[in-house]
Amino acid sequence: MAEAVDYRYVGTSPVRPDGVDKVTGRAQFGADQNLPNMLHGRVLRSPHAHARIKRVDLSKALAMDGVRAAVSGADFPAVESGEIGGEGGGDVADIARNVMARDKALYHGHAVAAVAATSVEIAERALEAIEVEYEALPPVLDVLEAMAPDATLLDEQCFTKNLPEKPDKPSNVASVMTLARGDLDAGFEQADVVVEGEYRIPMAHQGYIEPHACTATVNEEGKATVWCCTQGHFEFRAMTSKILKWKISDLKFVASEIGGGFGGKTVVYLEPVAVLLSKHAGRPVKMVMSREEVFRATGPTSGSVCRVKVGAQSNGKITAAKAWLAYEAGAFAGAPVMPGAMSIFAPYEIENFLVEGHDVLVNKPKVAAYRAPGAPQAMHAFEVALDDIARQIGMDPLDLRLANAADEGTQAPYGPKFPAIGFKACIEAAKKHPNYTKPVPEGAGRGVAAGFWFNIGMQSSAEVRINEDGTVIVMEGSPDIGGSRASMGLMAAETLGVPYEQIKTYVGDTESTGFCNVTGGSRTTFATGLAVVQACEDIIAQCKSRAAATWGMDDDQVEWQDGQAIPAPGVNADVKPLSLADVAASAPKTGGPILGRASLNAQGAGASFAVNFGDLKVDPETGAVEVLSFTGIQDAGKAIHPAYVEGQMQGGAAQGLGWALNEEYIYDANGVMENAGFLDYRVPVASDLPMIDTQIVEVPNPSHPYGVRGVGETPIVAPLAVASNAVRDATGVRINDLPLSPPRILAALSGE
Amino acid sequence: MGEFAYVAPRNVADAVGVLQDHANNGRRAQVLAGGTDLLVQLRGLDKAPRTIVDVKKIEETNRLDIGGDEIYIGAAIPSAILNENQELKSLLPGLIEAADLIGSTQIQGRASLGGNLCNSSPAADTIPAMIADRGICVIAGSGGEREVPVEDFCTGVGTNVMTGDEFLLGLKFPRPPANSGDAYLRFIPRTEMDIAVAGAGVSVTLDGGGTCTAARVGIGAVAPTPLLVADAAAALVGTAVDDDALAAAGAACSTAASPINDKRGTVEYRRKVVAVLCRRAGAIARDRALAA
Repeated sequence: MAEAVDYRYVGTSPVRPDGVDKVTGRAQFGADQNLPNMLHGRVLRSPHAHARIKRVDLSKALAMDGVRAAVSGADFPAVESGEIGGEGGGDVADIARNVMARDKALYHGHAVAAVAATSVEIAERALEAIEVEYEALPPVLDVLEAMAPDATLLDEQCFTKNLPEKPDKPSNVASVMTLARGDLDAGFEQADVVVEGEYRIPMAHQGYIEPHACTATVNEEGKATVWCCTQGHFEFRAMTSKILKWKISDLKFVASEIGGGFGGKTVVYLEPVAVLLSKHAGRPVKMVMSREEVFRATGPTSGSVCRVKVGAQSNGKITAAKAWLAYEAGAFAGAPVMPGAMSIFAPYEIENFLVEGHDVLVNKPKVAAYRAPGAPQAMHAFEVALDDIARQIGMDPLDLRLANAADEGTQAPYGPKFPAIGFKACIEAAKKHPNYTKPVPEGAGRGVAAGFWFNIGMQSSAEVRINEDGTVIVMEGSPDIGGSRASMGLMAAETLGVPYEQIKTYVGDTESTGFCNVTGGSRTTFATGLAVVQACEDIIAQCKSRAAATWGMDDDQVEWQDGQAIPAPGVNADVKPLSLADVAASAPKTGGPILGRASLNAQGAGASFAVNFGDLKVDPETGAVEVLSFTGIQDAGKAIHPAYVEGQMQGGAAQGLGWALNEEYIYDANGVMENAGFLDYRVPVASDLPMIDTQIVEVPNPSHPYGVRGVGETPIVAPLAVASNAVRDATGVRINDLPLSPPRILAALSGE
Repeated sequence: MGEFAYVAPRNVADAVGVLQDHANNGRRAQVLAGGTDLLVQLRGLDKAPRTIVDVKKIEETNRLDIGGDEIYIGAAIPSAILNENQELKSLLPGLIEAADLIGSTQIQGRASLGGNLCNSSPAADTIPAMIADRGICVIAGSGGEREVPVEDFCTGVGTNVMTGDEFLLGLKFPRPPANSGDAYLRFIPRTEMDIAVAGAGVSVTLDGGGTCTAARVGIGAVAPTPLLVADAAAALVGTAVDDDALAAAGAACSTAASPINDKRGTVEYRRKVVAVLCRRAGAIARDRALAA
């Protein structure tokens, strides 16, 4: 482990720069952009989960007073297949057909047409005037039924990818993938105990509070400006460009403040529609989804069926592990089954394993990224199976994980060897934690599970501008979801050696700052932070050079220390140090404004491991679960802003526990979601959860100057299995499926 | 939001006049108390025009009388007012507990017992509690006032006995005799901000020796309307409201229930849980009666 370093600003928790405006209501979110003569756009959505669209007639809607534009699939260009990278990526032809259905509606709520009118009410009435002729088809709603050879097909052109030979028949299985190492049979032969199970989890939504919203305006030159809530305005620009076949330079995207995304705002839904409506109408168009639309037509993550078999020796050593994963992609290919497969065994050193994954089309909304996409479902299955192994061999669940824990040099199941990682440090911290050493409260059960996420680097740009008085503007392009502007400011303060309060960090639009990939993959503090640090280093080099010129020295005779230029050790000069403010003040005489910049494709995002445990109590007569305590322990590499790292850990735990206990998409037989609102899609309310205890472990990431690892996604992974394992511990009954809703628990306790 | 007109009559006769006028002319009028249900409906799909008749400005819907024999609670009194009334809380703690479950603190500044009853949801939290406490609805209409026991008020999901020219003035409860107690419990998967999967209100009166001389049990969310369960009450009368008696009362609730399978719970689950809630509420009511 690297030496602990003392920092002046990094590792402190100042108030976030956007905090006051958010608390006072001044902050501008997606729906807050209003323009003169603005129209309101609404979307007509399919009443069928699966139907051929025979005809769409917009004429009656267009003839209505106040209706200024109407579009359907026919108004959009045909888009060729092609991948858009990143966490919110996928095939752009699919994204285009998800934004507006063409020949087929593939889920209840799929966009079929849209109108823009002078009021929301007129727009809604106009939707009723649109005539659509459907040929209803049987919906395919269950992932296993969708995989059956005789299943109704969503896409007759879908031939399973990655099979050894190209199949001769289409299938709902869009692709398969395999990861394997060692000799599985030999591994199971060495096992003293073997646990096998099937674990099912229904679709769940990211549940961000702010619905999708945007305002688009297209001028007479055909140039558009779009304000929207997004995790990545550059990707939104790229997707809109491809879907509409417009030049990127004709599209300017401005990211608003964002009321949560969790991966779900990495992909466009409204923006290309609003641009097209605005182009047709010649006026700005605002579109805001209702909560119901958010549930029916945006983001959920995959429902899944995971089958796991794991063998271990009586000393806890895992000898073999096998997993079979089937993930619902929704209407278009792209379930996060690959990251699920890559993560399921990632915390452990396992010699013999096999994972088979399936990306399966069903008549439900196209899934979008959700915090560590794919990992919670698969890792829930394995962490539950490990809990059963620990019970069978009578071993503490933390000791079982320690006995198999991956460490520096372990070859990850997905290929590379891990550099320094913090999994063992997290387990050791858990073993010593007072919440773990204390006895389990009467009537409760304790669950333990591990969490993991890869994290990513990708592309970022940053610019640092020194104002005339020495204050600093940091300009970057990563929408701030979790307080990243504060983290950027802290890293800039530390690097430049100037107070945090002297720095203003700003998220620029697509034309005022360099390209940045989405805020996703827990990459922003790592990768955009790296760009900010490098841009600050660029500033320092320029300041040193200007000081050298001022003092008549060579550049290498000047050093930068504590925010000022000083002569290097051994350089004999009677000069007064030059602060950043001094250098800024003299900038007109030393070469003009001081501007630093960096752009990069960051490599070496360090994986973040976690150990979570919690004490849960079950009411045996109602099946109600009470979370008495929950503790998250996670390797942050280096917590730049510890309070926001803790916030990520607590927020992830709250989402994971909600997913584990009550959240689920409930469908009727026709494929209509029955609980498309927060009343019956039950995310936890504040009174449902105790204060989530956190402990940050810091094993620095060698690929970042301050040791940062992404922290945003790992926290959601372990809580699912923590809840399952705690309920098992409390009741003596193992329930494989989620959510652990009261009716499910009571039925299980009754032996049903 | 759909089109609507708004009137706020100052007395019962004017309110009845507006309602009667709309009823006679086939126009829609809807009574507004706190509006915590109605305002949500206004934003819903039904955009047909209507007149909102605000009854909050009428003396009879705002009066709270705690008399020697009878308690009168105006239909429009917000539950926040009721929750803070210590005398009411000590007389009918179960009813006030139920009123305290309608929505969040902010919503309770508006939500009322009368509104909760007139919305006539099978899952309304206050209705089983009002049934247990022998509540009587005081209804005003063109034919004058009439009284209907709370258990006879709801006729189906979202429907009740009131005609188009009637509205609810208030609710009357007999002042509980000595050694009485009541309680209401509901089950929701969350701890707040949710709708009952099942609910049970129980009131008991004990004699000096702790034997139950009178009891009432109301249940909710397990049938198209909230129900008075006479068999459950009968199982308690003449007993010390002990575990066996409570189990029998709970079983009577399961039998009386005719729940449905839906996104909030299964038939099996609701039948089981309504019995649990009856037992637990009954035990609380008994303990309150013993402490009274």
